[in-house]
Amino acid sequence: MTVNASVYHYVKPEIVAALASDEPFANAKQQATRHAFAEAILEVGEANPNVVVLNADVSKSIGTNKFAEKFPEREFNFGIAEQNMMAAAAGMASTGLIPFACTYAVFASMRALDQVRNSIHYPRLNVKIAASHSGITPGPDGVTHQAQEDISIMRALANSCVIAPADSPTTKQAVWAAAEYNGPVYLSFTRDPVPILFDDDFPFELGKAVTVRDGSDVTIIAMRDLVAQALVAAERLAQDSGVSARVLYCHTIKPLDTEAVLQAAKETGAIVVAENNVTYGGLGSAVAELLVANNPIPMRQIGVKDTFAESGPYLEVIDKYGLTSPHIVRATHDVLDHKARFTRPVSLAAVA
Amino acid sequence: MNPSTQKPSIEELEKIAVEVRTNIIQMIHRANAGHPGGSLSAADIVTALYFRVMNVDPKNPDWPDRDRFILSKGHACPVWYAALAEKGFFDKSHLNTLRKLNSILQGHADMVKTPGVDMTVGSLGQGLSAGLGMALSGKLQKKDYRVWVVIGDGETQEGSIWEAAMAASTWKVDNLTVILDNNGIQNDTFTDDIQIRGDLAAKWRAFGWNVIEIDGHNMQQIVEALETAPTIKGVPTIIIAATVKGKGVSFMENVPAWHGKAPNAEQTQIALAEIRG
Repeated sequence: MTVNASVYHYVKPEIVAALASDEPFANAKQQATRHAFAEAILEVGEANPNVVVLNADVSKSIGTNKFAEKFPEREFNFGIAEQNMMAAAAGMASTGLIPFACTYAVFASMRALDQVRNSIHYPRLNVKIAASHSGITPGPDGVTHQAQEDISIMRALANSCVIAPADSPTTKQAVWAAAEYNGPVYLSFTRDPVPILFDDDFPFELGKAVTVRDGSDVTIIAMRDLVAQALVAAERLAQDSGVSARVLYCHTIKPLDTEAVLQAAKETGAIVVAENNVTYGGLGSAVAELLVANNPIPMRQIGVKDTFAESGPYLEVIDKYGLTSPHIVRATHDVLDHKARFTRPVSLAAVA
Repeated sequence: MNPSTQKPSIEELEKIAVEVRTNIIQMIHRANAGHPGGSLSAADIVTALYFRVMNVDPKNPDWPDRDRFILSKGHACPVWYAALAEKGFFDKSHLNTLRKLNSILQGHADMVKTPGVDMTVGSLGQGLSAGLGMALSGKLQKKDYRVWVVIGDGETQEGSIWEAAMAASTWKVDNLTVILDNNGIQNDTFTDDIQIRGDLAAKWRAFGWNVIEIDGHNMQQIVEALETAPTIKGVPTIIIAATVKGKGVSFMENVPAWHGKAPNAEQTQIALAEIRG
């Protein structure tokens, strides 16, 4: 089946062309976004001498050991001591440095949460938290290293800014945007490789969601690694059912682009939110909170239900826990059924 | 710019400490809440720092080259507020607003709201790490400022204190000085009845620190230790100060109940009379 490429925006042509195939990303270039971050921070560090990198014994995993090689005096490996690293980052930021504190998302958002809340976010200090292994992107490592709650936790903090980019090019843009923003930023990266979806001219702006596929029946709002799944689902819906699904790439979970979400709600009348994160408190919750107060249209959430996952290859784990494109397709059909009921004129005679 | 060139004598510092203690008692009484015990135990140390040792400018609290001070045992912030007001960072009338709505003086110190507060504190075990970060920045940016952090003995139960202790000696952060306000009492009761402190000096030496032990209420010893610490190179220094919780008010001294309780009007009168001698 041919793909109508004209509805896609900023998506690489080779990605678009393969979206309807059985294995859409079989030939796509892939990279873990943690490694895209490690590349970007070298450039950011080159441009701004106030940027320092703080590691916690996972610099080889994330790739920030390269920053240590290039700028040895501006890298500090705190060892397996994330709490100390986060509060030290706060102290550094108070003197004008721009620390990027790098660790796994479970440790950044949970083990060191007290420091992240009280020493960084409460005084709104200019610390960037670079969190790899976010969501269930570390499949084989198992539950202790799967940060399925990090987006929800970070979103709950006042003064927070939370970004979860989908691929390498937009990750690099996010790192630059975070460095330029004055205040705490939580950057969420994948452990496993994800397809390189977008062109380098992607219009990345902090807090601005981008429509990457046009659609009029329903909008799929996605973040981080589920943007790829959302694109596949949207094309599958078009090919198999003639459904016109918009895809809104919401890289910034907080502050939410309320304008783009409300516009999508108004124009498409149904929303599916797809996030590799628990369904409590993350992007789905943010969208629901906005809709319920403004335009309570039918909505469905793709996310980790009230359970822990398990070890396994990344794609197999997220498929078992309901996060892949077939699940998004089913949720979309479901929300479209709801939309049909929701918008059907009520017959007063039938009620009587 | 060095506003502290005219150094007060030991006797003058002792007089300032009386004012600081007076303000502590009055503000906690007016707030009807707060932590007098640990504020009074740190009063002589904080007075010596602000009025003799630290290079700060109350008219320019964000001066980039200033010495930094962090009261990591943030619940004792009345002593910090009293010293800052006495030094002229803000008008003393603010002391009447402690813990009240719209006050610049929060229940635990807030660097955004209060001039002179260099780090937001309150959750124990974080101020030393923040001070470590400031000290590392100072070295990286080739600044001469020093970082002074007061921690409590109960606070050393927090594991992150020892994370910071290890890192500070690894990186030879000799522009950082910690003063341990070793008053032997924490929220519930006596520290050793909860977790045994053991040989604190040996513990810090084992973590690679230079240790100075003093009487934390002997102004001469306090000043000597604070002025010696900057001369020690290649290792961070901790001054372990033997203190008395509630120092200066007989009925508060060494009584765990006065960790976090405000004196009533009558108790305040007695306390102020004792402090003023």
